[in-house]
Amino acid sequence: MFFLQDAPANTLNYMIAGYAVIFGVMLIYLISLNLRQRNLNQDLEVLKDVEEKD
Amino acid sequence: MQTKPRLLTVLDFVTAALFVLAIGMVFFYAPLEAVMGQVQRVFYFHVAAGWVGMLSFLVAAIAGVVYLTSSNRKWDIVSLSAIEIGIVFAFINIVSGSIWARPIWNTWWTWDPRLTTATVMELIYAAYLMLRQGIEDPDRRARFGAVYAIVGFVSVPLTFFSARLFRTIHPIVIGTNQAGAEGDFDMTPMMLQTFMFSLLTFTFVFADLLWHRIRVGWLAEKVEQLRLKTIQ
Repeated sequence: MFFLQDAPANTLNYMIAGYAVIFGVMLIYLISLNLRQRNLNQDLEVLKDVEEKD
Repeated sequence: MQTKPRLLTVLDFVTAALFVLAIGMVFFYAPLEAVMGQVQRVFYFHVAAGWVGMLSFLVAAIAGVVYLTSSNRKWDIVSLSAIEIGIVFAFINIVSGSIWARPIWNTWWTWDPRLTTATVMELIYAAYLMLRQGIEDPDRRARFGAVYAIVGFVSVPLTFFSARLFRTIHPIVIGTNQAGAEGDFDMTPMMLQTFMFSLLTFTFVFADLLWHRIRVGWLAEKVEQLRLKTIQ
């Protein structure tokens, strides 16, 4: 494919797609971790309240 | 509410700074590869993500061994956390590799030994999460999980060495490429520096994420115990 070429191949779109996946998946994982932590903290507060009332 | 350790905050900042620096090196410091063009830049984070995936599975296997010898549930949380992170980064590695392959190999996917073993490895660890979902008893779940993390680790060296043991078109970063390898290139010193820095950065990302994920695991454990106490 790249035989006899005199300039680098134009693969910019693939690089953008690659880094979109890399950053996108990492961001989704970070958000998921954050949401889980927030929900668990809320659950903990509710359960502590229930325990105190009992 | 858990209080965040100061060291974790420091680690967050250091990791974020390293990550920004690594992005800067990938896009502005590393030179443009003469044949592949811009898509070669995917290589730096593609390999680093693969490294984190394998490192995570190693940590999970070690935590599995420690759990089996100590029966301390905190090691089960470490193992689960490492595997979850490993799955995320192995996924990044596979998908970014596929995107790189499209212009270089002229195909999104081929059942090459390296690609196949990497996918099998990912599926093995995805099955680990399913196995855990199917077991109610926490101690049994931890025991089964530990054994699975240890046995599943066999897939990691198999994936790593697959490009060296079998006929493959996948380039080898460290060592000699096979004759049929396509998309290999000679790294200039600046490329090598960027590559090594990316590996270091992703190691920090792994440590930081693992710490955060372990904290979530601890919290889940605490909530579960409190819930059981409230029900009784």
